[in-house]
Amino acid sequence: MSGFTRAEVCAVACADLFAADGEVLASPMGTMPIIGARLARLTSNPDLLLSDGEAFLLADTPPLGGTAPLEGWLPYRKVFDVVAAGTRHVVMGANQLDRFGNQNISCIGDHDRPKRQMFGSRGAPGNTINHRTSYWVAKHAPRVFVERVDFVSGVGYDRAVGPHHDVHRVVTNLAVLDFAGPDHAMRIASVHPGVDIEQVQAATGFPLVVPDDVPVTREPTDEELKLLREVLDPKGIRDKEVPS
Amino acid sequence: MRDKTTTLDGAVAVVEDGMTIGIGGWGSRRKPMALVEALLRTPARDLTVVSFGGPDVGLLCAAGKVREVVFGFVSLDSIAYDPHFARARQTGAISVRELDEGMVVAGLRAAAQRLPFLPTRAGLGSDVLTYYPGLKTIRSPYEDGEELVAMPALNLDVALVHLNRADPHGNAAYHGPDPYFDDLFCLAARHRIVSCERVVPTAELVDGVAPQALLLNRMMVDAVVEAPGGASFTSCVPDYGRDEAAQRAYVDAASAGASA
Repeated sequence: MSGFTRAEVCAVACADLFAADGEVLASPMGTMPIIGARLARLTSNPDLLLSDGEAFLLADTPPLGGTAPLEGWLPYRKVFDVVAAGTRHVVMGANQLDRFGNQNISCIGDHDRPKRQMFGSRGAPGNTINHRTSYWVAKHAPRVFVERVDFVSGVGYDRAVGPHHDVHRVVTNLAVLDFAGPDHAMRIASVHPGVDIEQVQAATGFPLVVPDDVPVTREPTDEELKLLREVLDPKGIRDKEVPS
Repeated sequence: MRDKTTTLDGAVAVVEDGMTIGIGGWGSRRKPMALVEALLRTPARDLTVVSFGGPDVGLLCAAGKVREVVFGFVSLDSIAYDPHFARARQTGAISVRELDEGMVVAGLRAAAQRLPFLPTRAGLGSDVLTYYPGLKTIRSPYEDGEELVAMPALNLDVALVHLNRADPHGNAAYHGPDPYFDDLFCLAARHRIVSCERVVPTAELVDGVAPQALLLNRMMVDAVVEAPGGASFTSCVPDYGRDEAAQRAYVDAASAGASA
């Protein structure tokens, strides 16, 4: 299969987040992480559990917007049990993210009277302190990657406590980042094909750790492209989230 | 057995200034909207509202009923943010106690069990603790010595919930896939008000569902109100889904108010 889009690279990078997870619940927030989790179940991790975003576990892997047969019941009260048990990998969005992986989805500005109120912390504090957490940022920009977040919803490495904190990676439209720098500082793990390191740094509001050899994010395989284009996302919704 | 049926306005007349009100449902799903709208018609103010927040929180904020919101999130699900709540925050009209949503569950569970607190990991390391000055942590008394959040009980004066069916005595069932935390809200409250799509005889209530769906028993309920469409525009499946057009109109009206 010839050629691939940036969105397809992102989908595969999101799928790779779940590749080594085994039999855990994937909780992808947003279009690209959802595509990624479904792609992972069809390729690298068939044991992954998927939910319908309401109250059921899916026995099969549906396309975006589609339905699938059920394999179990997971209302919100049971989701909290899974969070506490730790058998979950959440991929959240972030209005702000700092170099140690602190995430803000609560509000911008002073908490007493914010300039902009968003969701609130949702489950981010509990997620990050209980089990593996990754982030998806559709538009890598200094507005998102900030020196200090205004409110710590998801907990980063410099504030981590307890035995279960595990912020894994950040996938963006430009790169994959991890926390393998000194003191778990954010590091460029790979840049997407066609992106250079300077571009990633320029879109980041703090200095990234840059290894001597920065790999290029792997290209989708023919099988993955076929699954993305013909099975999971035939309408090409991924390209709206990350235009080429 | 007592007949606990009453009207919307009759049920919410118990609400007094300064009370703490717990509201069931989740986001824009099975919210007791008819009860909330009845509450808007009362003179009650300075309320503390505990909710997995949706338009219930937005409406009460817009009406100036709220002193404080205790919340993990406020969202309309298919539309991310509630403009009324956002404006109340951005103008400083209300105070908030922001929690991780798991802390809300722990706090309701503590209240339900008449405990002063329950330990949880949720919140540790986050700014939820920074902005909750009275909140304490507790160290495990066992060998692990782990430090945990001591989430205080969220004791409620009044709980408002909406289910699919109830009998006149306060037994009630949900027919959708998720009970949310409506039973916990009732167990955490001194006075419990259930609205429902239809009030039916007990035998019909029980025959209509799998036994696990009988979420509330009459020990947990003080007042029953028949309110068809009482969750709308939020969802109350399988009786009806979310009225997306009505929700969009709510958001448009709320947003227009912001620029006026």
